[in-house]
Amino acid sequence: MKPQTLGWTLLMVVGGAFLIGRAVLTGAGTVYVQDVEIEVEIEDEAEEEAQVVTLQRVEQVPPNARSEPGVRLSYVHTFGLWVAAACTLGIFSFLWGDNPLYKVTEAIFVGSSAAYAMVVAFWSELVQNLCGNLLPDLMRETLIPGLKVEEPNLWYLVPLVMAIMLLWRLMPSGGWISRWPLAFFIGATAGFRMMGYLEADFTQQISNTIMPLIVTGADGSFQFWASLKNMTIVGSVLVCLTYFFFSVEHTGPVGWAARLGIWVLMITFGASFGYTVMGRIALLAGRLEFLFDDWLWLIDPLGRRLDM
Amino acid sequence: MKRTVPLIIAGTVGFVLIVSYFIPYTESWGEDAMTWFNILAAIAFVLGAGNLVKMHLKKISDQQAGWGYSAITLAAFFFTLIVGMLKIGVTPSEKYPTNAWAGPYDQAGSAFRWVYDYLFLPLSATMFAMLAFYIASAAFRAFRAKNVEAIALLTTAFIVLLGRTYAGVWLTDWIPEESIGLEADALRLDNVTGTIMNTFNLAGMRAITIGIALGVASTSLKVLLGVDRSYLGSTDD
Repeated sequence: MKPQTLGWTLLMVVGGAFLIGRAVLTGAGTVYVQDVEIEVEIEDEAEEEAQVVTLQRVEQVPPNARSEPGVRLSYVHTFGLWVAAACTLGIFSFLWGDNPLYKVTEAIFVGSSAAYAMVVAFWSELVQNLCGNLLPDLMRETLIPGLKVEEPNLWYLVPLVMAIMLLWRLMPSGGWISRWPLAFFIGATAGFRMMGYLEADFTQQISNTIMPLIVTGADGSFQFWASLKNMTIVGSVLVCLTYFFFSVEHTGPVGWAARLGIWVLMITFGASFGYTVMGRIALLAGRLEFLFDDWLWLIDPLGRRLDM
Repeated sequence: MKRTVPLIIAGTVGFVLIVSYFIPYTESWGEDAMTWFNILAAIAFVLGAGNLVKMHLKKISDQQAGWGYSAITLAAFFFTLIVGMLKIGVTPSEKYPTNAWAGPYDQAGSAFRWVYDYLFLPLSATMFAMLAFYIASAAFRAFRAKNVEAIALLTTAFIVLLGRTYAGVWLTDWIPEESIGLEADALRLDNVTGTIMNTFNLAGMRAITIGIALGVASTSLKVLLGVDRSYLGSTDD
């Protein structure tokens, strides 16, 4: 075994032993829950008295409530917490280099996210909208009791047929059949996006830029900073648009304006970059908080383990 | 048949959606078209999942390099799919307590919610969190203060990064609120960041957004009028 590999292996073994020891001694990495019973009354027309049905729910509780009556250790959630921690560490391990642990977590991520998207699409679109409109009575009795659609809407046979045509793409021949629903897709996106962008972005942004260059207060006094801000915004938008306007050669006054536009755009890109990095760092902080707070119990920012 | 009909479908659907913005009578057509669009988008997920399964099954059957990871992908896929489709662990909703299937598929305590909380959420959040390292590393390698534009970009990024942290506030906290009759606290890093975001960034993003909107409108018109037919693919099949 190479000295480097041996070193890492020893580090992992010591780290693992520390985690297990800490989990045994302090209870770190455990999740506690309590069972909640909800009683619901059902009005039955045939019977005079309302029938009462009891529903069971499981609620997570903070660790410092673990000695309270009714609170128990949840093996399912505790296992989940350790799986989540292993997955988080598995993805982070890529910082060290490509390795089997990262590949395993990546494979889990690909499989579970594909199925997650499919399940969400199935329940929220296919069952709710397609089956709900084609078979309203059956859906009301089985999957969607509160469905408001009364009569079957046969127009929904069109998306059903197009759905079958789209799935034809998986067949070895006749792939061109899927072009019809694809064309519907492209046409709908083009029409919807065109109007959406023209309305919400184009006209709205121009409308927001038409602002007073001389700002006065309620008492009629001149507001220097507000006026300067408005002038800067209007001027900056105009010079940026001048830079984007390629029908005129960028020389003379147009060239100077375009040059100013580049500077404004550079400031915009710099600000966007800083903002994006901060967003990612916030996510990173969230993951570290999960590892050190929820899993290892090394920090307690929310005071969930006070008096333990 | 193979190319003309799709062009007619794309044009008709697109223009119906555009017309539905202007004529109140056709508003419901637009709504229906969007519902159909969402149904087809849902089917596209099924198509994508089908492709995923097909590809990984082939990799396993051919015993290609890394086929074990394909097996893990498929195991994670089918586990999530089964617990989600069968609503395992979902109890009836309070509104319809007698209907076993009426509970939401992502109900707290259900198996699908377990997958979301302990697999999907940590994995996706960590994947995106990793970008913090890569953005920083790429910036370190690519950004060089060679000219005025690059200096403007770097300085702005530095101010925004610092101004959004406690360190930025702490560093310039000594600047008084008012000095020689001016609001000197505007020079504090957090306030400078606010000014950059609300003035220069706002103006720049506004110009970019106007440009994008014009680009989307022209591209959409090209697709709807049949000028751009690239989405139909090759003429071979």
